[in-house]
Order: sequence, then C-alpha cells, then structure tokens
Amino acid sequence: MTPLLQIDNLHASVGEVSILKGINLTINPGEVHAIMGPNGSGKSTLSQILAGKEDYAITQGTVAYNGKDLLGLGPDERANEGIFLAFQYPVEIPGVSAMQFLKAAVNAKRKHHGEEELDAGSMLKLFREKAAQVKINPEMLKRNVNEGFSGGEKKRFEIFQMAVLDSVLGILDESDSGLDIDALKVVSDGVNSMRNGKRGFLLVTHYQRLLEHIVPDFIHVLVKGRIVESGGREVALELEKNGYAKYGIYQPAKH
Amino acid sequence: MPTLLPAPASASPAWLAALAAAGAAQFAAAGLPGRRSESWKYTNLETFGGIAFVPAVSCALTRAEAEAFFIPGLDAVNLVFVNGVFRPDISDEAAGLGAGIVCCPLSEAIAKHGALVEPHLGRLSAPAITREGEAFTALNQAALGGAQSGGFFLHVPAGAAAGKPVHLLSVSTREGGVFASHGRNLITAGSGARASFIEHYVTTDDAAAATPSVYLHNCITEIVAGQDAKVEHYLLEKDSVCAYNFSSLFIEQAEKSDVHSHTVLLGGKLVRNNVAPTLKGTAAHCLINGLYVGRGSQLLDNAMRVHHGAPGCFSRQYYKGILCDASRGVFSGRIIVDQAAQKTDAIQQSRSMLLSDDARVNTRPQLEIYADDVRCTHGATTGKVDEEAVFYFRSRGIPEAIARAMLVYAFAAEGFDRMELEPVRKLLAREMIARLPMAASLSIEV
Ligand SMILES: Nc1ncnc2c1ncn2[C@@H]1O[C@H](COP(=O)(O)OP(=O)(O)OP(=O)(O)O)[C@@H](O)[C@H]1O
Ligand SMILES: [Mg+2]
Repeated sequence: MTPLLQIDNLHASVGEVSILKGINLTINPGEVHAIMGPNGSGKSTLSQILAGKEDYAITQGTVAYNGKDLLGLGPDERANEGIFLAFQYPVEIPGVSAMQFLKAAVNAKRKHHGEEELDAGSMLKLFREKAAQVKINPEMLKRNVNEGFSGGEKKRFEIFQMAVLDSVLGILDESDSGLDIDALKVVSDGVNSMRNGKRGFLLVTHYQRLLEHIVPDFIHVLVKGRIVESGGREVALELEKNGYAKYGIYQPAKH
Repeated sequence: MPTLLPAPASASPAWLAALAAAGAAQFAAAGLPGRRSESWKYTNLETFGGIAFVPAVSCALTRAEAEAFFIPGLDAVNLVFVNGVFRPDISDEAAGLGAGIVCCPLSEAIAKHGALVEPHLGRLSAPAITREGEAFTALNQAALGGAQSGGFFLHVPAGAAAGKPVHLLSVSTREGGVFASHGRNLITAGSGARASFIEHYVTTDDAAAATPSVYLHNCITEIVAGQDAKVEHYLLEKDSVCAYNFSSLFIEQAEKSDVHSHTVLLGGKLVRNNVAPTLKGTAAHCLINGLYVGRGSQLLDNAMRVHHGAPGCFSRQYYKGILCDASRGVFSGRIIVDQAAQKTDAIQQSRSMLLSDDARVNTRPQLEIYADDVRCTHGATTGKVDEEAVFYFRSRGIPEAIARAMLVYAFAAEGFDRMELEPVRKLLAREMIARLPMAASLSIEV
C-alpha cells in the first residue's frame, strides 16, 4: 500500500536557524496521527511546510504524497490534490467574503481536476450541507473571511472549509486551542465524520483532551525539531502528567 | 515653447468675454507651474510644456462606436463629445429630463438661459485662478466662449429630480490630432433637487497601440448645490497612456446639501484631479471617494481642497491608490476650517497599495484649522499585498494570480461600494480588474 504521506529525514531552516532536524513520519490511508511538543519545537513549521509555505529552506530530506514528490508542488496544487492545513492562526481577509473565498476555492479545485465550475445553486447547497455538519451558522459566510470571528469561530470555520473542500489529508494545527467544550465537540465530530479508510489526519495539539474525542492511531512527540518518541495513547497521558521534563526541556510553571 | 492659450474668441456676452480675458491675463502672467510650485511638487510639467496642442482637427465617430463606451445597464442621457467637440447627432436627446430641468450645451445655455448661467458660471472657479498652482484653471477660463470650450449645463430646479443620470462621454481619437480641449460644465441644483452627472473619458486607442494618442483635456465642472440638494458626480478617466487630463471640480454646498464626488483614474500619462468643495451652509455633507490605478510610468495626482465655511458640516475623503510598475501616485488633501465652522466633522484617509518595487506614492495632508471645536482627522497608509493572506488563499487551492487579484480588488472594493449607481460600479470594478498585472484568466464576481 502506498502511504498517504511519507516524510523522510526532513531538515528545514530559516536563514541560519535550523528548525526541523530530520523528521521521519509515515501516515497511511485511514490513519490519524497526533503530534505533541513544547512551544517552539517546530510543529507549525512542519505543518506549514507540508502546506507549501515558501519561507523555509528545505536543506535535506523528501516528502511524498500518494507516492509522488510533494515539495515540488505549489501550495495551491497541494490543496487541489487534497491537502488541507487548518491554521493555528487563521488569517483575516478584509474585503473578501467567506462565500466569495470558498467559491473561488471550490472552483479552483474543480478546474484543477478538469471539471466544470459549480453553479450557484449547487454551491449554496454544498455550503448549507457542510455548515449543518460542522454546526456553523451559514450567515457567517456573508462576513469577511475570519474578520472579527472569535477564536473559536475561526477554528470552526477552518474545519468547515476542510469539509467543503473534501480534503484527503487534514493537518490540524492546534484546532482545539481556545475552544469551549461544545466547540471542541463540534470540531471533533467534524473530523470523525470525515474519517474513513482513505483519508488521513495529522493533529497538532497540546492537550490530550482532544485525543479523547478524536482517538489517534499514533502519537508523536516533537522536541527541538526531532520526533523523540512515538507510541499510542499512553504517550499523551504520560505527557499530561509529567510534561516534557524527561526530554530535557525546561517548562515554565503552569499557572 | 508653444503657447497653450487658445486664440482669443470674440466671446459674447460681455461678462463671458471679461471672464475669458481675466483667465488669459492670469495665465500669461503666471505661466505653467514650475518645479518650485508647492502644489505641483511631485508632478513635473517640463515635458508637457513642450507639446504644441491645437484645436481638434477631426471629430469623426459613429453612434455605434460611441455606444461601445456607454455604461452597460445604465439608463442615462448619453451626451457624446469627440475630441472635446459636442456631437449632438450621435447623442441622446437631452431634453425631457423633467419639468423645468435644463440640460443643454453650455454655449446654448449662455445664449438662451443667461439668467440661470450668468450668476454662477465661474463664480467658484474664478476666485481660484490667482491661487498658487491654478494655471490650468486660468487656462480653462481663458478658453470660455471659444471652440475648445465644449461642455454642458444642467439645471435642476427646486424640488425636482433629474429623471436619469447625465452621462457626458468624452471620446478621444487619434484622428483628432494633438488637440487640447478646455471643457466646462455647470450644474446648478435648487433646493431639494437631485441629479447625477457622469464625466467619462475614453479613447479609441486600443491598449496595444504602438504610438498612443497625445492630447489634453483640461476640464472644469462647477456644482452649485442648493439647500437639501443631493448631487452625485462621477469622474471616470480612462484616457490614452500618452494623454494629459487636468480636471477640476468646484463645488458649493448650501445648508444640508449632500454632494458625492467619485473619481476613478485608470488612464492617462499625467493626470491631475482637483476636487474643491466649499461647505457654505450649515450641516452640509460632502463625500469625496477616489480610486486610482497606475501602470507603466503613469503619474496620477489627486489634489483635494475641502473648505468648511459653516458650522456643523461633515466631510469625508476616502482615497485609494493601486500602483503597479513604475507608476506614481500623489494625494494632497487640504482641509480648511474657518473660524465660524465650529462642530466641523472632517475625515481624510488615503491608502495606497504598491504592487511593484518601483511604484511610489506621495501623500500630504494639509490641515488649516481656525475653529477650536472640531473633529478633523487624517490618516495615510502605504502597503503591499499581504503575503500571509496570499498563502492562505493558495493553501485553499486558489492560484496565486487569482489570490493577488482578489486581494487587490478587496482593497478597492469599499470605494466601489460607496457609489450609488450600480451599473457604474460594476463597469469600473471590471475595468479595474482588467488593468491589474495579474488579470489574465481572472473572473471575479463583482
Ligand atoms: N518564518 C520564521 N522565521 C524565523 N523563525 C521562525 C519562523 N518560523 C518558525 N520560526 C521559529 O522556529 C521555531 C519553531 O516554531 P513553530 O511555530 O514551528 O513552533 P510550534 O511547535 O508550532 O510552537 P507552538 O506550540 O508555540 O505553536 C520557533 O523558535 C520559531 O520562532
Ligand atoms: Mg504552532
């Protein structure tokens, strides 16, 4: 079976500073992987590199998506091939309504796959259906993208986009941060409803709480740009209890 | 150096001749603004001064050719000027806008409706000719009564509403030669009257013309808005990339009148757009909404002069510039608040987006405030397309060119949203997008 995502010895840096120092990670179709790790360890950097952010220099290593080189593709091509990044900090876009934005995204994907643009009626139907699925108010689509959205609304809107774009590999960078209990359930249900034998997910999180809702197949611990431990749920429970001390990381006292 | 002064016309009546003579004398004395001119600080007229402009040598155009420039979906009175010369034969009938409404060429109005015209023509512009940097106002006045002074008179009496917007379409053609036109419009709206007036400059040059047409439009429009009158004025400028367009809009507003000035500059080599409202009656409202898109080596210079002369008036200046290639933008915004104009509420905002490293914009706010109880703010920002936003779009599958175009359009969109005539808004949005460097294959819903 071809892995959905295969990261091999990935090194990345910004300027002189090396951030990722040899990441190895394989996600097979149907699998959910979680990455935990202290602040600044490189979780968002890895997520953004997978989505195609060009600020980082890849100094070593390869990434294959469905068996094909990923790093040579632009961010838009990756998205149209099924990769979705739910941003840790979704970007506010003044002047562009969520509706306009998603129409452009849906039609870009259709064009990429040689399909006709979706007519206005079917587009609306799609949005309504997915909005119901992830429990967002469709009125939100009239507002500008992320502008004035609350923290939780932003995260939910990311999951909504992932559902609309029917992504194959979902990379969720702290989609659980700042969510109230109900919203966490909505986000988790959204992901769980998309889980099937073909899709894969990479969940970046600080809290084992999310992993009670979306039960991962594997948990990895990322420290200083390296995956230092991989395992099952016990890894998260252990971290919850003892923090990152055993990896030689200074953790500020919890408030 | 060739003179820009038109041959003296035997203007009549005497009051018109006097205006023309005063303009000519002032222009002869002051000449073109030079390098030291404060109000032309960023706009060099040296190459312009060497061009020998003549009256239009031809004004041929068919109705069908003119119709190609009409505003789709807008039911307007289309008045066509070709190279500055009015062409009634390819224009709509100007009569019939409503009872008591006068809409006719200014020359005809001077002859037939002298009592309506004489008290106002030049009343707002003439005091300006001696001000620093107002050479083109003087020049326009010098041309009054002559063949190069085509323009329209629109009078809407008290309580009346012009049934349709007046669309003054100014088509420039290569066949016109290196012509100069000093158009002159006068709009008078009585108490409670309503009117919309569109000045629309286009060229038959195609975008890829090897040697684009050179010509000069130096037009003045005066608007006198009576008490509670509501007037919307549009200036849509899409001239040839070798053309000069100097436009001035003088406005006088009586109590509680509401005047909106929308300017969209897309063409021209060197464009200077002056907007000068005087809020003379209490609680008058004035909106100045501008958008300019520069490409190549275009220079687009916007000079505002908002004069609060009465208490409790409200003015808004919202300007946006999008500058590509090596184009230059200038925004000078003067706000003058007289001592009597207490409770003035004036805001000025100039925002620019630079789409190239060689593009430049110069912004200067100039506040002269002589009253103490006022709210007067100004702000200027200059930025580029937000790269984080571009990545966000691309991460959703939207190709980079479309992402950038959508973001630039979004920057401009609020300017379009302020325009009341939807067909104008839609046409301009489309034309703006078409001029963006990344426009190919773009379809943005507007
Ligand atoms: N574009 C950049 N320029 C400079 N430094 C960067 C850049 N991107 C990331 N870094 C640095 O790389 C390190 C890893 O950052 P990253 O955002 O990936 O951490 P993270 O694991 O997601 O942390 P958090 O849990 O706080 O979200 C940090 O020290 C960060 O400052
Ligand atoms: Mg992070």
